[in-house]
Amino acid sequence: MSGHTTELVVFGLLFLLVSGMGFVAARWRRPDDIASLNEWGLGGRNFGSWITWFLVGGDLYTAYTFVAVPALVFGAGAIGFYAMPYTVVVYPLVFLVLARMWSVSHVHGFVTPADFVRARFGSPTLALAVAITGLVATMPYIALQLVGIEAVLKSMGITGHLPIIIAFAILAAYTYQSGLRAPALIAFVKDALIYIVILAAVLYLPAKLGGWGAIFDAAGAKFAATPALGDGTLLNAGNQLQYVSLAFGSALALFLYPHSLTGVLASKNRNVIKRNMSALPAYSLVLGLIALLGFMAIAAGTKPIMNPNGKPDNNTIVPQLFDQLFPDWFTGVAYAAIGIGALVPAAIMSIAAANLFTRNIYREYLNKNATDAQEARVSKLVSLVVKVGAVACILLLDLQFAIDLQLIGGVIILQTLPSVALGLYTRWFHKSGLLAGWAAGLAAGMWMLYTIPGAPGSGKLHFGGSAFSLSNLGLDTKMTIYAGFVGLIVNLAVAALGTLLFRAAKIADGDDATSRGDYFADEGDPKVKHLDLTGSH
Amino acid sequence: MTRKVAGVGAAGSGTHTDRSPWNWLLVVPIVLPLLTFLFNADEPRLLGFPLFYWLQTAFIAVGVAATTIVYRMTK
Repeated sequence: MSGHTTELVVFGLLFLLVSGMGFVAARWRRPDDIASLNEWGLGGRNFGSWITWFLVGGDLYTAYTFVAVPALVFGAGAIGFYAMPYTVVVYPLVFLVLARMWSVSHVHGFVTPADFVRARFGSPTLALAVAITGLVATMPYIALQLVGIEAVLKSMGITGHLPIIIAFAILAAYTYQSGLRAPALIAFVKDALIYIVILAAVLYLPAKLGGWGAIFDAAGAKFAATPALGDGTLLNAGNQLQYVSLAFGSALALFLYPHSLTGVLASKNRNVIKRNMSALPAYSLVLGLIALLGFMAIAAGTKPIMNPNGKPDNNTIVPQLFDQLFPDWFTGVAYAAIGIGALVPAAIMSIAAANLFTRNIYREYLNKNATDAQEARVSKLVSLVVKVGAVACILLLDLQFAIDLQLIGGVIILQTLPSVALGLYTRWFHKSGLLAGWAAGLAAGMWMLYTIPGAPGSGKLHFGGSAFSLSNLGLDTKMTIYAGFVGLIVNLAVAALGTLLFRAAKIADGDDATSRGDYFADEGDPKVKHLDLTGSH
Repeated sequence: MTRKVAGVGAAGSGTHTDRSPWNWLLVVPIVLPLLTFLFNADEPRLLGFPLFYWLQTAFIAVGVAATTIVYRMTK
């Protein structure tokens, strides 16, 4: 306990600094009137390249990533490195898609992906499905940020839930006051800390552990000695397809999450987005190095902290590694990096979830004629509710359950791809076909996740991971594939078939409120200008 | 930073598109990292890193190059 005083002091000071910044952020780039979703929820829709880079990066690379990816590499090896191809593939993949999303959203004043679906397919029901999918997928994601903080606190010897409740109460207060400006400002500190810590880790730790070659050899020796078939420092015949489909499926899913889109819509023009797609991979480099901390922990002989139930908590492996090898003051800085790394995405996610509720449930079903100020007020309140919900998730449920929910979240958010991402390119699908595909994809995804047992010895029979065994489909193989990817294929097939059937049966389709030019409009376009004038008053 | 609106916007709406042959360059960094047979090997090592780890890291540079070129050429 007493050995952690220096760490605690450094962690506490940095945490306080950032909290102060969160409150001050309300005055940063302040408009005349903050009482609208364009201001509170999208920071005035006027962020340039640098802020967008920090904001989107701070949002996509979360504390949970920093904790869970190396934990997976520590436990299973090469398969955990999927995070690297995933973040290489994603930017070229969405390069053009996001620019279109920006344009159409700015012409029509969309704040959420469901707003777009509502206008494109003329279907409040489909939009509601997309909105609820987004909410359900985002909630456990916020809860997982708490897992990141908790892993750090545990390593400093702090147990119990009070510190997490206090941290989240502060977060809730400044998000309420400053909106998207708070995480945008804090992201600078978060990234500075993360880059310092990672640079120090990759320069200093290998030297202490006998070099990179020794680190990989130690990991290879550990995996060779375990009975599990799926681990190793390389992929094997069974998990190659899983690696590829998980990387690709995760890349497809990333910008469907409502919070990823929040950062994109807050940028001021198309160029900011396109330029960021070539600048954001700088984070991928950091992510890859962080993943390799898992192997360093093996080489260093780091042991995870044991849970009260006697099982190791692999999420504590990186904090434990830092504690073991860094001087105390620097361990404090590293812990602060992870802790603050949780606050930025948690704030953006809760804002995105609040916007979804406000635009696609409150305004659609509860108060059709909501004013800008009413929308902003509802969003602010809902952002509080969302955070209370996330804390309740951690307090009331088994932590493992939150992790399962996050796994499910990834699979279900992918099912909004046909209406959101393909919808940006084609109006061919029938609204009811899309709804049928969404439902079929969800059902297939849930069933597949249900069939997946946990690691041997974990005692889990269901929802043990995302690797679906193709042998379940009667194929004679040991190969596994990412369940979300298969769910998406089912979804697309049903949506296409359904579209043909509904068209043949002459069932009425919705109206498209967008026009072709909307997808290419940029800053300075008369249509976009119009929005800026109405948006800030 | 650059305030210019790249030939778009000023021309009004409805006439321009994102179409460009340069866009095909984006396919390279999307497909390359998914071809496991290229990198699922230990040798050759680089500074102690097995091929699996250093080559996939090198793909970041491919992604940055491709998106940067497409951005520049279609501005």
